[in-house]
Amino acid sequence: MKVILSGNEAIARGAYEAGVTVATAYPGTPSTEILENLATYPGVNCSWCPNEKVALEVAAGASLGGARVLVAMKHVGLNVAADPFMTLAYTGIEGGLILVCADDPGMFSSQNEQDNRYYARMAKVPMLEPADSEEARLMVKEALDISEKFDTPVLLRTTTRVSHSRSIVNVEDEPSRAIRPYSKKAAKYVMLPAFARLRHEEVEKRRKRLIDFATTHPMNIIEKGSSELGIITAGVSYHYAKEAFPEASFLKLGLSYPLSPELIKDFASQVKKIYMVEELEPLLENDIKAMGIKVHGKDLLPRTGELRPEIVAQGWQKNIWQGVNAPATEKLPGRPPLFCPGCGHRGALYTLKRLKLTVTGDIGCYTLGALPPLEAMDSCICMGASVGTAFGMEKADPSAWQKTVAVIGDSTFLHSGITALMDVVYNKGKTTVIILDNGTTAMTGHQDHPATGQTLQKEPTYAVDLEALVRSLGVSRVRVENPLQLDAFRQAVKEELSVPEPSVIIARYPCALKQRLQNEPPLVVKENCIGCKACLGIGCPALSLEETGPAEDQGLTVAIDEDICNGCNLCTQLCRYGALQPGEGKGETK
Amino acid sequence: MNKIDILITGVGGQGTILAGKILGQLALNANLDVKMAETHGMAQRGGSVITHVRLGEKVYSPLIPLGAADFLLSFEQLETMRWLPYLRRGGTIIYHTRSLAPLPVLCKQMSYPAHIPEQLDALEVQVIPVTGENTPVEKNPRVLNITLLGVLSKHLPFKQEQWLEALENTVPPKFLDLNKEAFLAGQSL
Ligand SMILES: Cc1ncc(C[n+]2csc(CCOP(=O)(O)OP(=O)(O)O)c2C)c(N)n1
Repeated sequence: MKVILSGNEAIARGAYEAGVTVATAYPGTPSTEILENLATYPGVNCSWCPNEKVALEVAAGASLGGARVLVAMKHVGLNVAADPFMTLAYTGIEGGLILVCADDPGMFSSQNEQDNRYYARMAKVPMLEPADSEEARLMVKEALDISEKFDTPVLLRTTTRVSHSRSIVNVEDEPSRAIRPYSKKAAKYVMLPAFARLRHEEVEKRRKRLIDFATTHPMNIIEKGSSELGIITAGVSYHYAKEAFPEASFLKLGLSYPLSPELIKDFASQVKKIYMVEELEPLLENDIKAMGIKVHGKDLLPRTGELRPEIVAQGWQKNIWQGVNAPATEKLPGRPPLFCPGCGHRGALYTLKRLKLTVTGDIGCYTLGALPPLEAMDSCICMGASVGTAFGMEKADPSAWQKTVAVIGDSTFLHSGITALMDVVYNKGKTTVIILDNGTTAMTGHQDHPATGQTLQKEPTYAVDLEALVRSLGVSRVRVENPLQLDAFRQAVKEELSVPEPSVIIARYPCALKQRLQNEPPLVVKENCIGCKACLGIGCPALSLEETGPAEDQGLTVAIDEDICNGCNLCTQLCRYGALQPGEGKGETK
Repeated sequence: MNKIDILITGVGGQGTILAGKILGQLALNANLDVKMAETHGMAQRGGSVITHVRLGEKVYSPLIPLGAADFLLSFEQLETMRWLPYLRRGGTIIYHTRSLAPLPVLCKQMSYPAHIPEQLDALEVQVIPVTGENTPVEKNPRVLNITLLGVLSKHLPFKQEQWLEALENTVPPKFLDLNKEAFLAGQSL
């Protein structure tokens, strides 16, 4: 049957068809929908883990226990999971294990655009790269077969344009699911130095066998076209190049690591010039140059950002598409993403801005608070970094603790903030940490986490008690505050900054987008508005100033778009002239 | 059939992805190839979003090349201007005339660009403004995406039954009647 699936949906489908029975992940754009979809199929135990390292370790255990396993994460997630990953490459597997990592060239939703193809090379683990949804489905199955055949974890690398593009897929039947019986093999799975040395030899032998395997692999395809130009490519770049050079010869690498010199040399001998079309780093290019083959690649194409058909064409001096003579677009007002109406993060970050604090930030919806008009964030490196960064600033300048706070979301705190807070307590810090607890992993689309009380498969479960967790680390000053009660919240922050010991403020307010709590919009009393714009400082999309008209001779006064106002009443706390008065708080669910 | 490239633009939450899915289903039902590329994640929080839709006998890239789109289907004026460079010469713009102020405009740091309709009319392309008056959009802005598909349907080689079937295959049953009404309203504009 033919259906249209996104790349991520197709990966889930492929895993189901391949008989995967255990799947783990931590959410992260563009990978999140893989587990969300797989969880809808029968017979697959799917779960969100607190972070990617745990996800991979659970997956490794499930493989050891004999199941076919899929683990999914975004590119930077593999940094977190790199420790188990590198050694899993030595131990190998029992049940097939596929690690899907979704790269984000162009950084649509990421803090960097690292090229995870390096990980295949570093771990000497085979990598497959689908170019569209049907390939994604087929490659999941192939990856699991390779995993079992060569006793190795296998990487399936997608990019945003593969994960989040839709195309036609042929779905096949449901598989049979068999678990391999467990038997102890300590020399293979206990990575003591003595055993690991032996395993590394095995990894090298495996790498050589995989090179032979790649020479004739059916997913490494030569398409014979003109002998003037040969294009070597992988993943979605293949489609861009095909669009730009339909007449060229192609070598499309589905199994993109390890490379087979025999195959590449064969292709190279058939064409006059070779154009390497790959996003980000010149990895294929360097490997192929090292084979003594002359190619063009990053001398013509950018090493940053994603490719597009026109970029691939222009790199080879070809202009194909003629657009309209559009007026320049650079000067148009941007439309950055922003906090939703009713978001608790807005109150918290507004307060930190007003107090003129140094804010070490973290990753989540609240990172949007770094943008105007709030501009209330000084740093953001990776998930969990806020706490350690604040503590480090305090070490550099012993008075910094009085004017520095770390902000971190609930999901991010559980992902990798706990250990840093432990460090603050252990090493006698005085850091103030604000956990922005909206009860969900909002940024990636509202996934559950260990403190929400619900699993990925919607079963009720124990919910981590954040207050108790933080206390158990040795933080005695722990308080829960509502970030939309500005005066009280501000007071709380000032108090905690004034005490020379670690403190944690849990800023608790449910995600507006998830809970859809809706109060009456504030009452606007136009006559009272003097147009001071104080309320606009919170960057709420429901608020604007409108021309009241020359007749009234008043200039600009505040207006509320009632269609999008959530009635959170934050703005009413900022108006000193009585122009915005609290609406009725019924707390109804929309 | 020749390949048709449609760029759908709007603001996060306006339903560009659903509009794309309906077009995709339409192509699938007609035994055509189709590819779509969407905006997910961070940008969805009220940001500028686009969905690329490409249908034809065989489609390679999920991204429409810059300057190749046959149609720009836009749910908001400013976004029409922003994504205009994607339109090919002689292409068609179908856009909703309502403007939604982005943050720099709400905060009075920048002003909303003036005279967008005039600027569009000055281009050598077909321009179809849609006000939404006398359509279900007046009461319910959420059906804007479907209404604009109704307008687009008059320019594509598919029959009304095919469109309605694609809607049935894609839209949740409880919203189907509302969406059919919106589609037909767009088609009769
Ligand atoms: C290692 C890593 N994994 C995943 C992500 C993707 N990601 C960014 S923020 C985030 C979680 C945000 O949740 P939370 O901290 O609760 O903040 P919220 O968005 O709810 O405000 C995720 C999963 C990432 N950037 N890095």
